[in-house]
Amino acid sequence: MKNRIQQDFTDILAKGIFTFLGYLNIVFVVVICFYLIISGIPAIFKVGFTDFIFGTRWASTAQDRAFGILPFILTSVYGTFGALLIGLPLGFFTSVYLAKFANKKVKSFVESTVDLLAGIPSVVFGFIGMLVLVPSIQYVFDLPDGSSLLAAILVLSIMILPSIIKVSIGAIQSVPYEYELGSLALGANRVETVYKVLVPAARRGISIAVVLGVGRAIGEAMAVMMVAGNVANMPGIFESVRFLTTAVASEMSYSSGLQREALFSIALVLFIFIMAINAVLNLVMKKRGKTK
Amino acid sequence: MKLKKTILCALCATTLGLGSLQANAQSVITDGSTSMEKVIGILIESFDGNGIDVTYNPTGSGAGIAAVHEGRADIGLSSRGLKDAEKASLESRDLAYDAIVVVVNKNNPLSDINTEQLQSIYTGKITNWEQVGAKSSPIVLIGREAGSGTRDGFESVTKTKDQCKYRQELTSTGDVITTVSQNENAIGYASLSAVNDSVKVLSFNGVHASEKTVLDKTYKLQRPFVLVTSKDRPLSESAQIFFDYALSKDVKPLIEKAGVVPAVK
Repeated sequence: MKNRIQQDFTDILAKGIFTFLGYLNIVFVVVICFYLIISGIPAIFKVGFTDFIFGTRWASTAQDRAFGILPFILTSVYGTFGALLIGLPLGFFTSVYLAKFANKKVKSFVESTVDLLAGIPSVVFGFIGMLVLVPSIQYVFDLPDGSSLLAAILVLSIMILPSIIKVSIGAIQSVPYEYELGSLALGANRVETVYKVLVPAARRGISIAVVLGVGRAIGEAMAVMMVAGNVANMPGIFESVRFLTTAVASEMSYSSGLQREALFSIALVLFIFIMAINAVLNLVMKKRGKTK
Repeated sequence: MKLKKTILCALCATTLGLGSLQANAQSVITDGSTSMEKVIGILIESFDGNGIDVTYNPTGSGAGIAAVHEGRADIGLSSRGLKDAEKASLESRDLAYDAIVVVVNKNNPLSDINTEQLQSIYTGKITNWEQVGAKSSPIVLIGREAGSGTRDGFESVTKTKDQCKYRQELTSTGDVITTVSQNENAIGYASLSAVNDSVKVLSFNGVHASEKTVLDKTYKLQRPFVLVTSKDRPLSESAQIFFDYALSKDVKPLIEKAGVVPAVK
């Protein structure tokens, strides 16, 4: 009897602790949300919503100050899209190969290499980019200077590879083996089976890989800051550009007053962007899942 | 049992309270320039004033001067000389001089640059090295991020504030040096103490930057780091001890270690 009570008590205690820890996560998210909103809203109103979002000039410490973040928004959008354009096919084909075609030895070797790639700190990506990639771009395209949107896109596309590969492999492997057997039995060859049966079946998992990739690319600051040039220009492929993340990171340490508030507003815009991207992709996935 | 605990708590509270009171009486508040962070940090760390606590608020030269004026700080830190209006109620003493040097790639044949050339280059009027007598190639301007002390110093001394057409805005001196050493077209600026052999330091108006030329002010690309105090309110005893310490001969090597030229001879 006593034992029973003790067990019940342990159960309740454990449940309590885990529930508390679970809710603690929500508390963190809510606190971050509120902090960002409270500290980000004032500057948007002081600058004016349209001047802030659609303004093309950013001069935070000048005499004649201007806080337009359209260049940063467009740069972040182009940069992320460009990284996805290169990183997604590369990562996706790698994962198809690893999941279905590679032999065991190759697979375990490549997979551990990919893990290693995921573990490399972003500052190292930035440093290599600065020493190797930027001079190469300058040389190959015969530019006065190689730090540009293109350099940032290339660095980002390599940085998002591990998450795309990892999640895609998982998704492809989780498709039931019977699907594959069925397709092969109907006379389809292996390539057809993979692309017409497995990939569509693993679509949801692959789109999660895309979301993760976008999240990583749009949120990266350090590596980008070292290769993109960081000037508030409108984006162009060989132009020195500043992303939403680097706009916050590069000026935060010495900022004060309205400049600091505007940096929080940029962080808020970035936050809204990431939320929106996640929400839209989730929605699209759910709808597709229902119609089929 | 309960009583004992209460007494203990009360005791703790009083000691803590007294402790903090004492600390307040002996604490020195410095406030101001972010560029001076390194030098003031070294001074505070090495300062052993029998429990005198020195704090530093990195707010900016203007804010630091205002803080002293309003009595919120004992010593203001400014990386520019006082303006005439400020001199009415405030006093300043030079602590050190921060020299900024112009650096180019090692393969650049240029060895000297003058004020006009530097202004035209950084404001985008001159865009090719040929126009200042070097090889024909585009000029790539490397600078620091908005708010950086070195950028502020460079732009205010060369009078190019808000007009610089940077190709790259980097967030550390090390990044500037690395970038300039990588790119033959690049020109950048950095603190005198931060440069190394990987880049070429240009002389400015024919004067090489060195401790001597900075102190006798023949090297013009420099700005003072000053300690600002109030004329109306005398320094507290502990603040005076720290003030004297910062300007003493003993700390000369420490200030040099922070990468600036000490004002004390």
